[in-house]
Amino acid sequence: MAEIKNYTLNFGPQHPAAHGVLRLVLELDGETVVKADPHIGLLHRATEKLAESKPFNQSIGYMDRLDYVSMMCNEHGYVMAIEKLLGITPPLRALYIRTMFDEITRILNHLLWVGAFALDLGAMAVFLYAFREREDLMDCYEAVSGARMHATYYRPGGVYRDLPEKMPQYQPSKWTSKKVLQERNKDRQGSLLDFIAAFTERFPKLVDEYETLLTDNRIFKQRTVNISPVTAERAKALGFTGPMLRATGVAWDLRKKQPYAAYDRVEFDIPVGKTGDCYDRYLVRMEEMRQSNRIIKQCIEWLRHNPGSVMLEDYKVVPPDRALMKSNMEALIHHFKLFTEGYCVPPGEVYSAVEHPKGEFGVYLISDGANKPYRLKIRAAGFAHLAALDELSQGYMLADVVAILASQDIVFGEIDR
Amino acid sequence: MVNIDILKQSLSQVLGSLEHELLIAQDEVTLEIGKQHLLMISEQLRDNKLLSFDMLMDVCGVDYLDYGIAEWETQQATSTGFDRGVEHGLDRERVIVWHKPRFAVVYHLLSTVYNYRLRVKVFLTEEDLMVDSVVNIWPAANWFEREAFDFFGILFVNHPDLRRILTDYGFIGHPFRKDFPLSGNVEVRYDATEGRVIYVPVEIEKRVLVPKVIRDDHRYILEPTKLSGEAVWEQKK
Repeated sequence: MAEIKNYTLNFGPQHPAAHGVLRLVLELDGETVVKADPHIGLLHRATEKLAESKPFNQSIGYMDRLDYVSMMCNEHGYVMAIEKLLGITPPLRALYIRTMFDEITRILNHLLWVGAFALDLGAMAVFLYAFREREDLMDCYEAVSGARMHATYYRPGGVYRDLPEKMPQYQPSKWTSKKVLQERNKDRQGSLLDFIAAFTERFPKLVDEYETLLTDNRIFKQRTVNISPVTAERAKALGFTGPMLRATGVAWDLRKKQPYAAYDRVEFDIPVGKTGDCYDRYLVRMEEMRQSNRIIKQCIEWLRHNPGSVMLEDYKVVPPDRALMKSNMEALIHHFKLFTEGYCVPPGEVYSAVEHPKGEFGVYLISDGANKPYRLKIRAAGFAHLAALDELSQGYMLADVVAILASQDIVFGEIDR
Repeated sequence: MVNIDILKQSLSQVLGSLEHELLIAQDEVTLEIGKQHLLMISEQLRDNKLLSFDMLMDVCGVDYLDYGIAEWETQQATSTGFDRGVEHGLDRERVIVWHKPRFAVVYHLLSTVYNYRLRVKVFLTEEDLMVDSVVNIWPAANWFEREAFDFFGILFVNHPDLRRILTDYGFIGHPFRKDFPLSGNVEVRYDATEGRVIYVPVEIEKRVLVPKVIRDDHRYILEPTKLSGEAVWEQKK
């Protein structure tokens, strides 16, 4: 009989199911995976080192570009670390706005994820529907910050500006009929909050629709149920966080356990799975979208009734507003100092963590009293998840690797940093 | 929230007479230990029922070479005027004196049982840049230690697979050390005569857009925080 040897297969770096630039070196025995060795770093930009060479505020924009599908949550982690070192607390309204936008971001992330997950398993439709809803949420991003994705909206001391009173509308053009235009602008007659409120009204039904397409779908279940189950102990040992950990049955959520922003003032539940397989990870994320929707509703309610400032009025950290800067000498000096040099942060070190859509996003910040971070370390959730890919995929088929990888919600922006 | 006093008590009970230093700042607990005890203490931290640090969230290296060094003089310079530019290697003012070794490995632990967080710090000198790997205690350490090795050149003894992880294949140097230039040492381009991609010394001129200054401006901040670890850093008068 001929001797059969294992062979190695290069999966990526330009494979559409590799979720970005992952080079996965697979050792296969027939079609069974013996060893998976992810080669990462193809998207490495040395974000942490770049941040060491700039004033604190100039790096907020880099945070958006880490995990580029959950932009504001990254900003939140970084901004919270600076605030902790400075010892400042933003106004409550800013905290509510942050909570609301964190949850909008979570829905944005999970929508992309569910679309991509289904696409990897051969279901095309969900992706298109998910992107339809993402478009509305991106418009919310644009309305507050001017950018659809890389918002740089959170700042130490609050958020950059208050929610707009008027939601931008589609303009007439020769390619759109009046009827279509009216339909598109239907929810855009009032403020941004009205627009988001309308979204939260229709969104739960849309999640039901995605579930109709997937949850009981025979092909989908064959591809995910019992694929790489993880026990709770093993998940903790491997450093899993977020939906990956909750799918194993551990109700660990930083929003509940170590509340930040306004999470201790809103009600929501933590969905958990049972077996920790790909299917449970899917179910957990679907339920999380509903819970996020619930949080957003509560935030809208509070924000409607509590107008106020969204930024600290401490000009050593926060630039004075434009009108004041033009008329007041001291404000002008503060403005000049902040934009040429930035603020100095007291020496010390902090680790601040947020419940990012993918898991725990930690920022370890060391300051030596200068206007720049001395050392910035970003703990990306996906980094620990991808590290476990070898263990998760051993003994499964080549096609299952795609499902496992997709179920981890991998984005290379945050893993390679 | 986290009860720091109980954590502090449990820690001193578990560590007993072992040499260690406990620092508390910003509601966070830092445990500094010698590298010879790392494995033993780590095992205690994970297995002791009083602590149960079942998760390792992060491992990272830190290079303290430039700690407390400013690129601009801010104390004495007003009588002679400011110099706008920054020249490399010149005019560097040491504002904070650093007494400890140059490198550190920092572990961030989390106990899901008690909801504690703990930072464990091990200092390493440049001559002896080796520390035991904790992969056998927390498997999550695997890639994080590879990253610290890649960026700082810290060697983790008994690590199963200590390869570079984020830098390019065949990369030379450890990019996150403070003496490694931001723009790097080499760049790549396609060479038409040789018909392949070649490495050449980098052409970007080093420059500093915003100089690093150390001021105690934060005394103006409305709710002042205590300077952390004042015993460690002595402010130069």
